[in-house]
Amino acid sequence: MIEARGLSKRYGRTLAVNDLSFTVQAGRVTGFLGPNGAGKSTTMRMILGLDRPTAGDVRIDGKRYTDLREPLRHVGALLDAKWVHPNRSARAHLRWLAVSNKLPESRVDEVLALVGLNDVAGRRAGGYSLGMSQRLGIAGALLGDPGVLLFDEPVNGLDPEGILWIRQFMHRLADEGRTVFVSSHLLSEMALTAQDLVVIGRGRLIAQTSTSAFIEASSGSSVRVRGPELTRLREVITASGLQSDDAPEGADGPAALVVHGASTDAVGELAGRAGLILHELAAQRGSLEQAFIQMTGGDVEYRTGDGAPTVGAMAGGPGAVPGQPGEALTAGRAQEPAAARKADGR
Amino acid sequence: MTTLTLLKVERIKLFSTRSPWWCMGAAVFITVGFSALLAGTMQAKDLGDLTPATTQFSYNFGFLIMMVMAILAITTEYRFGTIRATFLAVPTRADALVAKAAVVALLAGLIGEAAGVGSWALSKAIRPDAPLSLDSAQDYRVVVGVGLVYMIATVVALSVGLLIRHSAGAITALLIWVMVAENLLPAIPRVGDAIQKWLPFTVGNNFLYAGQHVGDNNDATPAHMPLGAWGSLLYFALVAVVLLGVAVALAKRRDA
Repeated sequence: MIEARGLSKRYGRTLAVNDLSFTVQAGRVTGFLGPNGAGKSTTMRMILGLDRPTAGDVRIDGKRYTDLREPLRHVGALLDAKWVHPNRSARAHLRWLAVSNKLPESRVDEVLALVGLNDVAGRRAGGYSLGMSQRLGIAGALLGDPGVLLFDEPVNGLDPEGILWIRQFMHRLADEGRTVFVSSHLLSEMALTAQDLVVIGRGRLIAQTSTSAFIEASSGSSVRVRGPELTRLREVITASGLQSDDAPEGADGPAALVVHGASTDAVGELAGRAGLILHELAAQRGSLEQAFIQMTGGDVEYRTGDGAPTVGAMAGGPGAVPGQPGEALTAGRAQEPAAARKADGR
Repeated sequence: MTTLTLLKVERIKLFSTRSPWWCMGAAVFITVGFSALLAGTMQAKDLGDLTPATTQFSYNFGFLIMMVMAILAITTEYRFGTIRATFLAVPTRADALVAKAAVVALLAGLIGEAAGVGSWALSKAIRPDAPLSLDSAQDYRVVVGVGLVYMIATVVALSVGLLIRHSAGAITALLIWVMVAENLLPAIPRVGDAIQKWLPFTVGNNFLYAGQHVGDNNDATPAHMPLGAWGSLLYFALVAVVLLGVAVALAKRRDA
């Protein structure tokens, strides 16, 4: 279990992480979701004792990371797959890690087999593809058979096969009762990987909830319905007091109606009672990205569009969810970045 | 975590990349090679000048190479992010960093001995007639002491690397210190001479050359150094330890 309490990190004038509190449960995959620059990596570095929090603290199974003896036996982390000397072989890299925590050196070959790198373990890690590096990073994280695992954007830049492999791997780790905390800026990926979500924007907590509840809550339910007698269908729906819009013929199919705030059951029964033939009756989910933008609202660090972030969006509490979700998507001249920590050449 | 474990970790890290091997080989080869060149090309009438102290004139070559190796040992960890992997495996940063300094210094000491003794032995093999027998404590010190100077110098270099954390920056800073600052500061009128007597590498060099004669113009070490040979070594070591202490304290406070 990971517990963060009032975690804050300030770089100069920028507050990268702002009073962040959350809990990550064991036996589940918890997604750490936020747009680029929201403070995910910084938070993970603070969890692991690499960065010193400006305020607050974070504990892993009740202990600070820096107080753990032989920490690789408790916590495995993959923050950056490139944290390997390019001229060192994968085996040598894992060997020094194993020795440092008094793990048997036989463990090196075990984890290499686990991630499928045995055949290339003697080659210099600098020649590895991104997918191979990622596997090596995961091997390093699993070396001490830890109960807590942290992964920072593990699927970034991977091919579909690699993404699927990592996704299944994480589920397996969680099923074994481990705490799995994985960050991403892709909600669609998290929807497939994580059971729980910790959502942050601009360093502040936006939501901590289960993935399904998050998607449910942030996208309104609507029903797409289509039949040969569209005009009568519209009359019946309007007569029952429901709101509907015309969906013209387009990528989704022929012209149809979108009924708001109704279930497929209700719309189906309505049409049946009126004796109308239906060609299509489908629940429509708001896209995950839409839901995400709705939730994070003004909490995107680098935003586009003419509207400057409102004062409320910058300084408001966790409850502030500004109501112009479309704004963040509008193409236009880029706003001056509030901070450029990622660019300062770490 | 025990000291032995950490030393082993740093040893694996150092020897599992190629550059330390090249540095070590180059340090011995160039140092011994230049001594051999000197011994081999010396005219018979000057042979009296080929003393044990003269055979060590080239120790600076290997010593600079080993300092560069020491800097790279730490700055490449920052460059490639392995320092973070190190701190994740060993959260007690000071222990990990001091272990690294120990391994690098020990290795530099061995290379220094190989270079020092090798230079002398090869010179003696080339010119058996030269006065190269080790007759006094001074003779032994200048030949066998080279390893100690290498050891301390690499601790200084590693500390500079740990402070600056960039290979190019740290190497430049160190070269400016050793090659430029310690040679130019003494040129300042009035205070220059007083400053020179306390410059770390000048004092470290005095450990080897105090009371020695190298050829006719004995300028291997400034005249009237305030500390004796062993006092000089102690002072040099103290500078290295203080510098390492500052660098480690800073590394503990900084975000990795």
